[in-house]
Amino acid sequence: MKKTLATTVPAALIALGLASVASAEIKIGASVSATGPAAFLGDPEAKTLEMLVEEINAKGGINGEKIELVLYDDGGDPNKARTFATRLIENDEVQAIIGGSTTGTSMSILSVAEDAEIPFISLAGAIDIVQPVKPYTFKTPHTDRMACQKIFEDMQKRGIETIGMISGTDGFGASMQAQCKDVAGEYGIKIAADETYDPKDADMTAQLTKIRNTEGVQAVLNPGFGQGPAIVTRNYRQLGIELPLYQSHGVASDGFIELAGKDAVEGVRLPGTALLVADLLAEDDPQKPVVMAYKTAYEERHNEPVSTFGGYAHDGFALLVDALTRAGSAEPEAIRDALEATSALVGTTGVYTMSAEDHLGLDLSAFRMLEVKGGTWSLVE
Amino acid sequence: MSELLQFLFSGLTVGAVYALVALGFTIIYNASDVVNFAQGEFVMLGGMITWFAYQAGLPLPLAALVAILATAALGVTLNKLAIEPARGAPVVSLIIITIGASVFIQGAAQQVFDKQIHSFPAFSGDTPLRVLEATIQPQSLWVIGGALVVFVGLWLFFTRTLIGRAVLATSNNRLAAQLVGINTNFVMTLSFALSAGIGALAGVLATPITLTAYNVGIGFALKGFAGAMLGGMGNPKGALVGGFLIGLIEALTAGYLSSTYKEAVAFVVILLVLFFMPQGLFGSKSTERV
Amino acid sequence: MPRLSAKSATLLVLAALVVVSPLFFPSGYYYRVGALIFVNGLAVTGIVILTGYAGQISLGHAGFAGIGGYACALAPVHLGLPPALAAVLGVLISGALAYLVGRPILRLKGYYLAVATLGFGILVSMVLNNERQLTGGPDGIIVPDLGLRGLLKDWGLNISNGEFWYFFCGIALLIGAWIALNLRQSPTGRALRALHGSEIAAQTVGIDVARLKLQAFVISAVYASVAGSLLALQNKFITPDVAGFMHSIEMVTMAVLGGAGSVLGAILGAGVLTLLPQVLTVFAEFEQLVLGLVMMLMMIFLREGLLPSLLRKLRGRDE
Repeated sequence: MKKTLATTVPAALIALGLASVASAEIKIGASVSATGPAAFLGDPEAKTLEMLVEEINAKGGINGEKIELVLYDDGGDPNKARTFATRLIENDEVQAIIGGSTTGTSMSILSVAEDAEIPFISLAGAIDIVQPVKPYTFKTPHTDRMACQKIFEDMQKRGIETIGMISGTDGFGASMQAQCKDVAGEYGIKIAADETYDPKDADMTAQLTKIRNTEGVQAVLNPGFGQGPAIVTRNYRQLGIELPLYQSHGVASDGFIELAGKDAVEGVRLPGTALLVADLLAEDDPQKPVVMAYKTAYEERHNEPVSTFGGYAHDGFALLVDALTRAGSAEPEAIRDALEATSALVGTTGVYTMSAEDHLGLDLSAFRMLEVKGGTWSLVE
Repeated sequence: MSELLQFLFSGLTVGAVYALVALGFTIIYNASDVVNFAQGEFVMLGGMITWFAYQAGLPLPLAALVAILATAALGVTLNKLAIEPARGAPVVSLIIITIGASVFIQGAAQQVFDKQIHSFPAFSGDTPLRVLEATIQPQSLWVIGGALVVFVGLWLFFTRTLIGRAVLATSNNRLAAQLVGINTNFVMTLSFALSAGIGALAGVLATPITLTAYNVGIGFALKGFAGAMLGGMGNPKGALVGGFLIGLIEALTAGYLSSTYKEAVAFVVILLVLFFMPQGLFGSKSTERV
Repeated sequence: MPRLSAKSATLLVLAALVVVSPLFFPSGYYYRVGALIFVNGLAVTGIVILTGYAGQISLGHAGFAGIGGYACALAPVHLGLPPALAAVLGVLISGALAYLVGRPILRLKGYYLAVATLGFGILVSMVLNNERQLTGGPDGIIVPDLGLRGLLKDWGLNISNGEFWYFFCGIALLIGAWIALNLRQSPTGRALRALHGSEIAAQTVGIDVARLKLQAFVISAVYASVAGSLLALQNKFITPDVAGFMHSIEMVTMAVLGGAGSVLGAILGAGVLTLLPQVLTVFAEFEQLVLGLVMMLMMIFLREGLLPSLLRKLRGRDE
């Protein structure tokens, strides 16, 4: 018995090490949720990173050095994410990490990265990731709070003061729900009804009926991603509710229009990134070339529409490439300093300018208010 | 009043889906004493295969038929390769085997199909039907009707047909069933085909409402399992009532109490029922299996 | 060679594993994986007592791990308890809850017990998910540092975070295994196994079946709670996933796959299932496929579990 175990364990340990083959000059690690409940986020992120690394290596790398990407799939499990972060740093010896599709996985990775002093670019929404500022942690997506602000700004313009909310109980929906409730007062908006649904629910008419019957509700806001918002939108039309419906950036994709149905989704507004309306951008829009290049390459290669989330990974990688180029070195410390000095870097999500106090570097202008008109996205105003 | 009616419509729609899944559990349990946790994957496959066949250009009814037949075939394969060889294994092992099958099918589905969410058109359009002030989707009627038809069909099958009784006999005493000349292998094959087919049918009917993706199966399986246990495992009447009850409890809780804890209420009800009726609502003492 | 008792042999093998394995570790990452195996092994040892000894099923034990984990996150902040005491509080809550819930639930059998425990687990994870004000919701919450490593540093013992948790969890596992093995040989343990064989037979020889089942349930809940606390303290962060249905399934699978009847077997199962996703990263796309296949094949072909089947093979060859 002893013999069996004694020989199995080292054998298994050797098998573990096989995955890492050191060859390239610059090693970048990534842990995203390519499968599991957050595959929605992680799948396009993984595909984007693989594509971009290939692209840049074909062009000869950065400062003449090729990039090697070590990519792990944490399945959305923060415990696994921590293990992979440890593996990336201690075993694969990467110089920087991109990833953390969800807030939970990002928080797990960042504590490992901070301890080891390795730069980490998170792809998750929560503001807690970069506030308070941590020396080695950066992030690319706008925060959920910014999405709420953008929506409330638009509501204000339309004279809406009382709203109902229906939120998914998944991480994305719950986080945005909390942020919106937090920030609503600043825009003079009252949340009169606050309902939730499980992401797996098949019918939300009960919650929507309750919201409809709440006195004074002038609009409805639905933070969430996956199939939930599509079902909410359909049920909304089924019940014949005429009030304006706002969705979140969680469903900013062409797939959402298709799922919810062209008729049901007409008039829905949401804060989205330039990526979604690439064709509509003005010719002199600074984001246009970046957005078009990414969109064309991704859609050609994967035969599926780009998503906002893939765009986060695109921007994370762009930030890193920019920092590596400027730093002229692949030392983690140098990368970190260069990241913090990022200035006017144009990404798909917005234009990034980082500082010692701001490790996100986006403002509200990164969001564009979009509306579905005639079965396709259009810019409001 | 119209509010209550709307909540009831919502509960019936969702409950019908749960009931269909629960009915699928019933058949396999009756034939083999196995609770098949991969039942939810049959639902997923029903939706996904239909979508892909439809996308490939087949007319919807034909695509649905293809999905149901393919899933039934998979059910038979599952029985032959995983359930039959494990005959007589303890309940824990059987739970792990069928959950393993569920994980496996999910893993395969994301390779064969994709990780996107899909839907196909509702059978009778999207124009909601108005009843008083409440509305219901025509597709909901398809799902509710489907659950009722499958229930009546199963009930007739188990009580009126020779082969249905053979299934019950096999479940009660396999050896005795063999001795009186029942081909128990055929009974098992039939049960898995039927159960998988019904699961796929549930997926076909529900997808225009619930949408589908490679990972929706386990959610259906848990709710269907809960419904079947609430009603009393093995009894089609129990599955039907249990499934609808859970749907209604969820909708009414969401409407009148708290949408956040609607599932919690459903599970509390299950715990309470089991506390007073350890065999579920319609389970009889005589079917107790140790 | 003098014949060792099964108990001493098991403990010796475990202790040797904990001490010797680091000699083969090429990087700090292996300490992390080792620590995870030990934590899972501890939780699974609890399942051995419940399922292996007493023959009861639980599909909700992750709920207790969740309680243990969140106790470590919340008690230091809200009650001012040091993290170590918070873990003890977690144990008390888990034990008390298991006692209360176990009474009615354990009257159920087979699949009915499965669905009741499943319901319990789902309720716990639902509370953790939804009480955002308190628990941080699905995004999770930060767990304060245990502080023991800093203390060791003051005493002149400076080890890395990974090493610390590796040995800390290793020692916890050894203690857990020692208790479980002692329990097995005690009168209670023998009565439990009689219960596993046949409940009715056990009853007729005068064993208080209900009380015994409850004891096993409470003890196994305590194991899960401690494992949850260790995981939370080690990760310094916790999300409701720890209480999720799949985590419950994972625990049961680890135990049964390795061999639920023996502590060492179950720990082996924990090792295999913890290592599997790490080895499979090369084909991450197929991870689920392989995991599902492993679960099915092992249960079909090695019905008593990995270790007992291995032992039988070895013994067969010796003779």
